[in-house]
Amino acid sequence: MLIEARNISLDVPDMSQQLLIGRRRRLTILNNISISIAKGESVGLVGESGSGKTSLGRSLLRLYEPREGQILFDGEDITHAPAHALKPLRRRMQMIFQDPQSSLNPRRSIGGILAGVLRLHGLDASPIAVTGLLDRVGLPASAMGRYPHQLSGGQRQRVGIARAIALKPDFIVADEIVSGLDVSTQAQVLDLLQRLRAEMGMALAFISHDLSVVRALCERVVIMRGGEIIEEGRTAEVFASPRSPFTQTLIDSIPLPEVRQNWLD
Amino acid sequence: MARPDAEAVTAVIDIRNLCAHSAVGPILRDVSLQVKAGEVMALVGESGAGKSTIAKAVLGILPAGIRITSGSILFEGTDLLALPPPKLRDMLGVRIALIPQDPLTSLNPARRIGDQLTDGLRLRAGLSRRQAEARALQLLEDVQIRDPGLVMRRYPHELSGGMRQRVLIAQAFSLNPHVIIADEPTTALDVTVQKQVLRLIREMQRTHQTTLLFVTHDLGVVAQISDRMTVLYGGKVLEQGATADVLHTPRHAYTQALLAASPRYDRPEQSLRPVPDALIAELRREIGG
Repeated sequence: MLIEARNISLDVPDMSQQLLIGRRRRLTILNNISISIAKGESVGLVGESGSGKTSLGRSLLRLYEPREGQILFDGEDITHAPAHALKPLRRRMQMIFQDPQSSLNPRRSIGGILAGVLRLHGLDASPIAVTGLLDRVGLPASAMGRYPHQLSGGQRQRVGIARAIALKPDFIVADEIVSGLDVSTQAQVLDLLQRLRAEMGMALAFISHDLSVVRALCERVVIMRGGEIIEEGRTAEVFASPRSPFTQTLIDSIPLPEVRQNWLD
Repeated sequence: MARPDAEAVTAVIDIRNLCAHSAVGPILRDVSLQVKAGEVMALVGESGAGKSTIAKAVLGILPAGIRITSGSILFEGTDLLALPPPKLRDMLGVRIALIPQDPLTSLNPARRIGDQLTDGLRLRAGLSRRQAEARALQLLEDVQIRDPGLVMRRYPHELSGGMRQRVLIAQAFSLNPHVIIADEPTTALDVTVQKQVLRLIREMQRTHQTTLLFVTHDLGVVAQISDRMTVLYGGKVLEQGATADVLHTPRHAYTQALLAASPRYDRPEQSLRPVPDALIAELRREIGG
């Protein structure tokens, strides 16, 4: 297994609690979750808001430190690894964020952003390397001199993908990366991600609220609710015969683009 | 829901040859569309299609910088564009109401739900405070809020997204408008909540026989809520017709491409097909000319 979470739990202090003295109550975000992702495998983490899918994705990258359980990356226990020990691993695990508008530095050019990532990890950050990277995500070399706000949403997300693949990682967490995009742009961005994943053999944790996208994109799916895993399995099988009524409800709630007389009844 | 006498019913909203411009260029290009009484018309398109601009033009709330250059918007025979602003304001909320996309920014964060709901009832419908409160409670019950009395005393941030959207639906229907414009009302919601809210909107629309103009980018939502649909691209109407006809036998290549690009869990291999660049180039030429 490339990445493995064993019985991890995550909680945060409850800041809504009015407190003058004493210990703050803690809110459970993830409750006893176990999940593993093999090299090159794509797994969809699906759930509604507050289900814990993003927290799980971030925990897998050790952006969050779980209170209990273990996280293993390529066999190495990284559950409580300090920042300096994680740095060499950061090259191998990357994240693509939901909103490239807020995850790309608005004051740096696209070329500057990408070169910065390469330089940080001691790689070739020459203009040739950067244009090569842009080319891989279908952006012209002229994008180098542009700033994030000068690009369309789809182009910005391509930059987000370029930044993530710049270090040739083994594992990518993509967090709702197409939720703000138009249908046609969404299809293009997902097509690109699939192609790069196949070429580079990357494992993917694809966090999404959209079951339809996950059905098309991921080999396996994990359905989450309230910080727990409700169901998991091969995507085709989960859709064909969901074991949990919650999964069935989620599937039934997706409106298909064809007129079904009784769907809303 | 096709009516047998559909032809005889005159359009409640009749938009004719509407053109709008911004500093950058044309926003709406010769848009014509009719919505009949009691009908649900969906306006569909991607960003920049002009669907929200049409909705805002009907409501007379176009942002500064966009101006209508020609055409007319007839509401029950009256041209809204020729109406003096005070007269238009008298109509808004009373005859034409809005269900906005984002319930958090559309509700005043500093005022209780009850006060926000009773405002319109007191000022526009002339109800007393007591009458308005009774009516607001009834409205919250109509939108299936379990404890209306409690919700009346709540502030917007204390409610979930689905609850806030229900409050706005109650508000939109509160003065019995003839037309409601729903601008992406379920886009921010989880799918299970979206289904409940769509069901609610349709029930309310049928009970009150309201004419509904429903703006969305989601063809799935279009399929389940609308009787007829209008497909827009770059401010131009590309295709119009009964929802079942347009979705099941789309005539325009763009409608076909949008359907092929939409994700579908029931046929994953035939979904998420990128819209061909050649088609986009052709569309740009088409709307440019």
